[in-house]
Amino acid sequence: MALLQISEPGLSRPPHDHRLAVGIDLGTTNSLVATVRNGVPVVLSDERGRALLPSIVNYRADGEVAVGHVAAPARATDPRNTIVSVKRFMGRGLKDVAHVETMPYDFVDAPGMVRLRTAAGVKSPVEVSAEILRVLRARAEASLGGDLAGAVITVPAYFDDAQRQATKDAGRLAGLNVLRLLNEPTAAAVAYGLDNAAEGVYAIYDLGGGTFDISILRLSRGVFEVLATSGDASLGGDDFDQRLYCWILDHAATAPLDAGDSSRLLIKAREAKEDLTQHEETAVVARLASGGTINLMLAREEFAQMTAHLIAKTLAPCRKALRDAHLRVEDIKGVVMVGGATRMPHVQQAVAEFFRQEPLNNLDPDKVVALGAAIQADVLVGNRRAEDDWLLLDVIPLSLGLETMGGLTEKVIPRNSTIPVARAQEFTTFKDGQSAMSFHVVQGERELVSDCRSLARFELRGIPPMAAGAARIRVTFQVDADGLLAVSAREMSTGIEASVIVKPSYGLSDEEIAGMLRESFEHAGEDMHRRALREQQVEAARVLDATESALREDGAMLGEAERARIEAGVASLRELSRGEDHRAIKDGIEALGAATAAFAQERMNRSIRSALAGHRLDEIEL
Amino acid sequence: MNRGMDSGSHPAPKTGFFPLSPEMEFGKDYFALFGLAPRFRIDEAALERAFRALQAEVHPDRYAHRPQTEQRLSMQWATRVNEAYRTLRAPLARARYLLGLRGIDIDHPAAAAVSADFLAEQMEWREALAEARGESDLAALDALRERLDGEARTLTGELARALDEAEDWNAAADAARRLMFIEKLEHDVGEAAAVLES
Repeated sequence: MALLQISEPGLSRPPHDHRLAVGIDLGTTNSLVATVRNGVPVVLSDERGRALLPSIVNYRADGEVAVGHVAAPARATDPRNTIVSVKRFMGRGLKDVAHVETMPYDFVDAPGMVRLRTAAGVKSPVEVSAEILRVLRARAEASLGGDLAGAVITVPAYFDDAQRQATKDAGRLAGLNVLRLLNEPTAAAVAYGLDNAAEGVYAIYDLGGGTFDISILRLSRGVFEVLATSGDASLGGDDFDQRLYCWILDHAATAPLDAGDSSRLLIKAREAKEDLTQHEETAVVARLASGGTINLMLAREEFAQMTAHLIAKTLAPCRKALRDAHLRVEDIKGVVMVGGATRMPHVQQAVAEFFRQEPLNNLDPDKVVALGAAIQADVLVGNRRAEDDWLLLDVIPLSLGLETMGGLTEKVIPRNSTIPVARAQEFTTFKDGQSAMSFHVVQGERELVSDCRSLARFELRGIPPMAAGAARIRVTFQVDADGLLAVSAREMSTGIEASVIVKPSYGLSDEEIAGMLRESFEHAGEDMHRRALREQQVEAARVLDATESALREDGAMLGEAERARIEAGVASLRELSRGEDHRAIKDGIEALGAATAAFAQERMNRSIRSALAGHRLDEIEL
Repeated sequence: MNRGMDSGSHPAPKTGFFPLSPEMEFGKDYFALFGLAPRFRIDEAALERAFRALQAEVHPDRYAHRPQTEQRLSMQWATRVNEAYRTLRAPLARARYLLGLRGIDIDHPAAAAVSADFLAEQMEWREALAEARGESDLAALDALRERLDGEARTLTGELARALDEAEDWNAAADAARRLMFIEKLEHDVGEAAAVLES
């Protein structure tokens, strides 16, 4: 077959054979990659059998980048160039990041997202995250023996638009085809629900290294429906470490610490926290660079007391999520615990008290998210078998709106709306002859714009002169299945359209991403053109495959002329994809897309008709 | 400075929400989309079954490995199915939609008049909310929510009678506007509770 000739070795398999797909849990503290092998989700380990990759990136002056275990020792010896918990900086400005004063980094307060000045130059959190993703991608490709067709990357459910966009950009930068951003608690629910054939309303309590999510889902006959989600995008196990670190400083009466000692003590704090999970008390012993020593005993109970306020901070979102779902604690059938920080006994106890039941711990809290993401990736890439038909219905965590007169927020899409969702709202001009209108897109629950997160600003120009209040400007918000927002505006009375797709101002522009891609290719000695060509060839093969199967199944629906047009498009794209011009292949893909648009619409209409017909049949049978 | 000029050109809201309705087959109305009769009293289980059956066909997760053209179509369809489900599932949104099909816009400012009795009742509820908030009294907020729930149930019954039996659109619009107020208040009670809890 012609299709096979254009494929790379890893992809030269029959079109309907298994495609390689992975789920990636890009965590604050640790990251993991998992896949579905022979129908079973498994975490992929490194060559030494380790599943967890510490989310640590060390930039060296010689340009080398160390990631994971190999970078860990540099936390104490080279803290400035060793980035830990980079997830806390994703899509965030410097002022949004907690505890900056105790961090050893050289921050650059760039407009939008904060940057870090390292021995290898100024790095965006997106680039740092991409280093972690590259290592996981290489691990998966080595383990699975081929190029990945796609990946699902998980994000905290409470991540806002800027944080989601940054994560997707990091995936792109790492050379991944990001099939979907999946909310971490939803991923956990998938893994848990399928593993236990669970039915009913479940709460997923997900306390990770740097983020907290609570999601309430209804699991019913293969549908995972998120009813409500809430959380705190900057609260996690790191904060417990930080609190313990402060306790050590209070009790050890040390001289001011240098960056290396700070890092060393933070590591000690984390170790003590983990030790207290197993033991009633623990010793904190450290020798400092200044020559001083620290030798303290800490009891579990005292640790519980000093961090009780952090646990309380997780319970307020639990109440809010229940209220948003119109449910009471008694309605919750089970509470699934996710994230390493839920191992702390006093977290377990507080959750048990709040939900009035013992939480469920039968899946490894470190791995459950990656496993769920792998299951979803397997479905999205098209490996789904008819018998495991299930569906995920997720929501947006925070309301989306616009600034209106007086600095107030006008909500356009409320939180906990099922995605994908679109809503349009009309606005009008304030002054006679006003020819432009500026829009400020915000995310959050507060009434004052200044209390919400600013996502983007854009202008609609060329409004024809009209009296104040006469113009009708329709602003449309569309949130896709990744939870990402696009906004467009249009003047309705004259038909003048000025659509703008909004990229969050906290994200990176396409030019910046392109620049970073170029740089990473140069560094890796890869050929950018080869890569682009290969990507377009893979995409062309996918489109050809899909079109041919549609023709096989439903070709009878087509008239002769339309069929001829589609077949011409197929032939042309097949010819182009043998060539070396990636732009021409891209144009060919688009041309075939245009030729098949009506066919695709008709096929979808038909599947909807048959879904409704099947549904009526069900009713008769009942 | 800049700030002031900026806010001068920020938009002023004109009217209410406009659900998107891309031109598609089954675009007649949301009831037809789910194969239901356009009535206020609906078979909720049938609505849910139809919603799930449709999303199982059109959801973007089903199209992630398909060409971009199909992915776009899938997003439009799934968006529409979600919007239709959201509208028909909630009593107030369903009533607003049914009245909209009859050409009655309950959000229109000119139609916003409600009875003096109801205004007095509103005042009383607002005062109760302010008092509970002022005294940080979570139990009082819970009690207020219970009362509002009861009122919402009564109004939903009135809507059913006005829309499905009496076909009295004015009475239905009046009940819908009162329900709108109750739901707004319930929302505010919830937000007040969230503030107290955090």
